[in-house]
Amino acid sequence: MSESPFLDVKDLKIHFSTDDGVVKSVDGLSFSLERGKTLGIVGESGSGKSVTSLGILGLHRGKSANVSGEIWLDGEDLVTASQEHVRRLRGRKMAMIFQDPLSSMHPFYSVGDQIIEAYRIHHKVSKSVARKHAIDMLGRVGIPEPKRRVDSYPHEFSGGMRQRAMIAMALSCDPELLIADEPTTALDVTVQAQILDLMRDLQREFNSALIIITHDLGVVAELSNDILVMYAGKCIEYGSAEDIFYRPEHPYTWGLLGSMPRLDREPTERLLPVKGTPPSLINVPSGCAFHPRCPYSDQTDGQSKAEIPALINTDPGHLVRCHLSRTQRRTLWENEVKPVLETQ
Amino acid sequence: MTTSNEPLLSVQDLEKHFPVTKGLLKRQVGAVKAVDGISFDVFKGETLGLVGESGCGKSTTGRLVTRLLEPTGGKVVFEGRDITHMSQGKLRPLRRDMQMIFQDPFSSLNPRHTVGTIVGAPFHIQGVQTEHGVKKAVQDILQLVGLNPEHYNRYPHEFSGGQRQRIGIARTLALKPKLIIADEPVSALDVSIQAQVVNLLEDLQNELDLTYVVIAHDLSVVRHISDRVAVMYLGKIVEIADRKRLYSSPMHPYTNALLSAVPIPDPKARADGDRIRLTGDVPSPLNPPPACRFHTRCWKAQDICKTVEPPLEELASGHRVACHFPENAPEPAPKTAAATS
Repeated sequence: MSESPFLDVKDLKIHFSTDDGVVKSVDGLSFSLERGKTLGIVGESGSGKSVTSLGILGLHRGKSANVSGEIWLDGEDLVTASQEHVRRLRGRKMAMIFQDPLSSMHPFYSVGDQIIEAYRIHHKVSKSVARKHAIDMLGRVGIPEPKRRVDSYPHEFSGGMRQRAMIAMALSCDPELLIADEPTTALDVTVQAQILDLMRDLQREFNSALIIITHDLGVVAELSNDILVMYAGKCIEYGSAEDIFYRPEHPYTWGLLGSMPRLDREPTERLLPVKGTPPSLINVPSGCAFHPRCPYSDQTDGQSKAEIPALINTDPGHLVRCHLSRTQRRTLWENEVKPVLETQ
Repeated sequence: MTTSNEPLLSVQDLEKHFPVTKGLLKRQVGAVKAVDGISFDVFKGETLGLVGESGCGKSTTGRLVTRLLEPTGGKVVFEGRDITHMSQGKLRPLRRDMQMIFQDPFSSLNPRHTVGTIVGAPFHIQGVQTEHGVKKAVQDILQLVGLNPEHYNRYPHEFSGGQRQRIGIARTLALKPKLIIADEPVSALDVSIQAQVVNLLEDLQNELDLTYVVIAHDLSVVRHISDRVAVMYLGKIVEIADRKRLYSSPMHPYTNALLSAVPIPDPKARADGDRIRLTGDVPSPLNPPPACRFHTRCWKAQDICKTVEPPLEELASGHRVACHFPENAPEPAPKTAAATS
């Protein structure tokens, strides 16, 4: 591509100094995203996916957080930009949908007031115009009787409606980048399906770039064009949704796929979990952070313990961070992993 | 799995209405019908899955069965004994045989007690004598659930979520219960850890001949571990069948909708247009819709659904459904729907 991408994150590092040591929550993450596309970031708790999203929005400006690297949004570097400038972009150019709408909305203000406030910060309009806009947005996200509901308080909404209101708030200023952090984790499955449909439709309508952060591979498969798999603050595999689901090359991605009971296949006798537990981010294992849990680490001639593998291109657009050679990974996938996963 | 004819646990018309009071005199103005007349049997050695969305009464059912809550109606029979209104004193010896695994491994373990104290507590409470002392017994159980027995003197905060859930399971298993009620045992855990705990539960069942009632909202996890599955909606069981039947040919529209709402981890699957999408939310159990409770969200609902409550009827062997217009129903069409319409 000749032009630079809409969102371009280069070597992003977010470290926190604590009494116990430096927590490397995000450690050298790079990715880019175009308008109208969706990136799914998957990983287990503590892999740094939420920290990344807050970092892009510039919400890690406290003393303990140390953000370095580059975050280019539409030609501007957000890491070096002034706080004031990032604050002006936040809401208007980029917005976030949080996991728990009950704790991320103010209980004392009506839903409408909260949307009106956000809108009026970025637009010089009268209250009545903003109110009309708020009603309009609530209707767009599928809240029945938006004229009446605009004066309701968050506690008067059900979980699904609160998440809809949250989406209305995030979209009220027509942001070009939308980050959704576990947008459906707190919801029931039938409501989750409604919200996922809504997000897909709205993204098409607004043509915004969407980053969806989740631990649920089903949710990512529904929405994403590209998928980034995170482990211990690093990207360990990146590729199109088809790459990740049909031709995954990292043993951790295999582990994630094997851990999930799937409704679309015949039930297996046993699940194939990743052994062990996610590592501490203060004492990240040496070399490849995944090596203590990796069933194939003995096939790397001891490299996995000694050296951090580089993120390399295995196919155009498909990146893997693994010491196993390309042939080794493909043979393992074709002969050992895929047959077991597919008999599921 | 071997199942005998005598149910280990039998629940008949179980009801729990939580009173809603108002004013100084605590006048009762209504009731939350959390569980409103459900019946099911659990046989020895099997796993019954209880699924439904939040507020459908599945957790309340678990707590009623273990008598952590007092039912307001119906009967709970455990091993042939009616325990519905048994006094706490009489219940205590029964608690050995009936244990519960809780959802949240962070709040269900006392942070000030060591693992040894937590897992050893059942021995002390029940006054159980062990051959080589309680410590040895506890360490054996820790080993059984995949924890290091040397961690006997550690505190819960030193463990990860998955390990904590294992501690909870160890405590549950301490006295070799017959029936275990697991309320969302894996929903607080990461995917890879979830799979480990699911496998552990299955291994323990085979090893110790346990009977499970697993309460969960995740349909894929429930399918994986259950032999039979009951689907709940607003305090009622709407469908109950063995796993294979329920997932391959669900009859109740709600079950169909639930299954089709689960996101499939396959990018090709999203192209499918024939998915069922329910509109709206689950109605409040304070004031549930009359007759069939699902009629407000059901696309097949007709007038009869608003006036006549469909009974839970056996339409195929072992497959019971409460619906006037069931799908995948074997021929001929169900009699009640034809007779009353």
